[in-house]
Amino acid sequence: MQIPVEGFMYPNEVELQWSVLIVLYPFITGLVAGAFILASLERVFRVEAVKPTYRLALLTALAFLLVAPLPLQLHLGHPERSLEMYLTPHRSSAMAMFGFVYLWYLMAVLLLEIWLDYRRDIVLKSQSTSGVVRLIYRLLTFGSSNISERSLRIDDRVGYFITLIGIPSAFLLHGYVGFIFGSIKANPWWSTPLMPIVFIFSAMVSGIAAVMLLYMLSTRLRGKPLDIRCVDKIAQYLMYTFIIDFSLEMLDLIQRIYEADESFRSLDFMVHTRLWKSQVIVQILLGTVTPIALLGLTQILKLSEIARKRIYALAGSLTVVGIFAMRWNVVIGGQLFSKSFLGYTTYKMSFATREGLLTAIVLMLLPFAILWVLVKLLPPWPDARAISASGTAPAHGTS
Amino acid sequence: MFKDIEHLIRLAVVIAILLAVFVLLRAAVVPKSFGEYGHYRGTAIAEIAARTPAFAGHDVCEACHTDVVDQKRLGRHANVPCEACHGAQGKHADDPSSVKPQLPDTAVICARCHEANSAKPKGFPQVVSADHSGGLACNTCHKPHRPKIEDEKETKAANTKPAGGKK
Repeated sequence: MQIPVEGFMYPNEVELQWSVLIVLYPFITGLVAGAFILASLERVFRVEAVKPTYRLALLTALAFLLVAPLPLQLHLGHPERSLEMYLTPHRSSAMAMFGFVYLWYLMAVLLLEIWLDYRRDIVLKSQSTSGVVRLIYRLLTFGSSNISERSLRIDDRVGYFITLIGIPSAFLLHGYVGFIFGSIKANPWWSTPLMPIVFIFSAMVSGIAAVMLLYMLSTRLRGKPLDIRCVDKIAQYLMYTFIIDFSLEMLDLIQRIYEADESFRSLDFMVHTRLWKSQVIVQILLGTVTPIALLGLTQILKLSEIARKRIYALAGSLTVVGIFAMRWNVVIGGQLFSKSFLGYTTYKMSFATREGLLTAIVLMLLPFAILWVLVKLLPPWPDARAISASGTAPAHGTS
Repeated sequence: MFKDIEHLIRLAVVIAILLAVFVLLRAAVVPKSFGEYGHYRGTAIAEIAARTPAFAGHDVCEACHTDVVDQKRLGRHANVPCEACHGAQGKHADDPSSVKPQLPDTAVICARCHEANSAKPKGFPQVVSADHSGGLACNTCHKPHRPKIEDEKETKAANTKPAGGKK
């Protein structure tokens, strides 16, 4: 397959090494970090209005976190070797250290926080279900069915502490992804210390938008009334975070234009040609300016509930698309130009291959399948909590 | 007193068991010589050194194939090692009578270096093989050991010149 090349490329630059799967990877980890930070708003900063999405946000973060390493595994091949990262870690490798950040975030933060928050429900379910499901819940209780007032209060305090640790951990998780790109000094498209910060803020934006959409969709599917106060608040946070994110990205852009180092002409040409649609049209105009303007409208004008809902759904969807485009432009864009600044290559995406479009689509659907199972197992709805509380009397003591 | 934190103690025990399993697994799986010299298995060096080399090296080839060496020396491929096109020939060098190397398919092997690509330096001889030869094998016209067609003509002309001509 001949790859269309314009101008001069070094031989190892003609074919892109980092495929669409490497675009998915920061996109998915971004959703994890963003969803967790939204959850911590309720927990640490006591934003009562977003409470209905607290558990959904945690489960979303877990579903996406479980899928996050898969694009990397598929890209690298030999998944059995990934265990060696834990057995013989190389401390000078940022990627190896990420293995520990990932494990820490999964085991010490997310799973623990979910377990502590759901423990009462798990214990109640272990008493009201039967068969295999009961066995799963029994295993999850670790053999202790104590849900006394005091034990739940202790859980709450421990959970609060874990969320406190979780916030910097979430920043670390996604900051790392930006760090990996930002520290590749041979590539001027990536090499900026601002990269981890931009990645964190864009992660928060995409995670908040995704949880907002999931909450709206799930409420509709369940035929329940939407808590518009909650969605209003999330949309407000989405807008604030988005404005910070956009300002940082523009700051980076203005700095690059003003600094105009030796790479600038080449990168500027690339943005005006090969990245014009994905960067300027999709990422900036459709995926950033439009949602910020739409969200801004809801803040300025007194709109009806229906109109607000529609605007939130549209703005949220555009936001997620825009952040995906941002990941695409960073990962793919960074490989389209020659390090000689004299030529450009093209990314040819295959379809049904290990790193093809089909794999990317399956990987993007997988977290939703996991989330569906998690939601069945641990219902995150506010009304489910009330039902299980009235359904069975809390049991004391241990079994 | 511990009744209300019993579940947390149980959790701590589970975590401790997981950590212990990890430590034991690590001790069992990580090779003993790991880290002896650096961040790799120390015995790997001896293992790699003990493997028979697949390549013979061009000095070994040239000891027997003197006619080819003479041809090659006159052309543009003078500095291309034999095994770059003929593949690793260690086994053939060890036992030349029973291990016979296969002739490479020039339509494939030449294109590896000479297929046109904008990333290659302009001065490097390169062709779009479909236009240049229409699928014919390269050695129909070129002699791979001395590829430039004019070179060959010159040599032939020089050889057929009457005695006393410029050599």
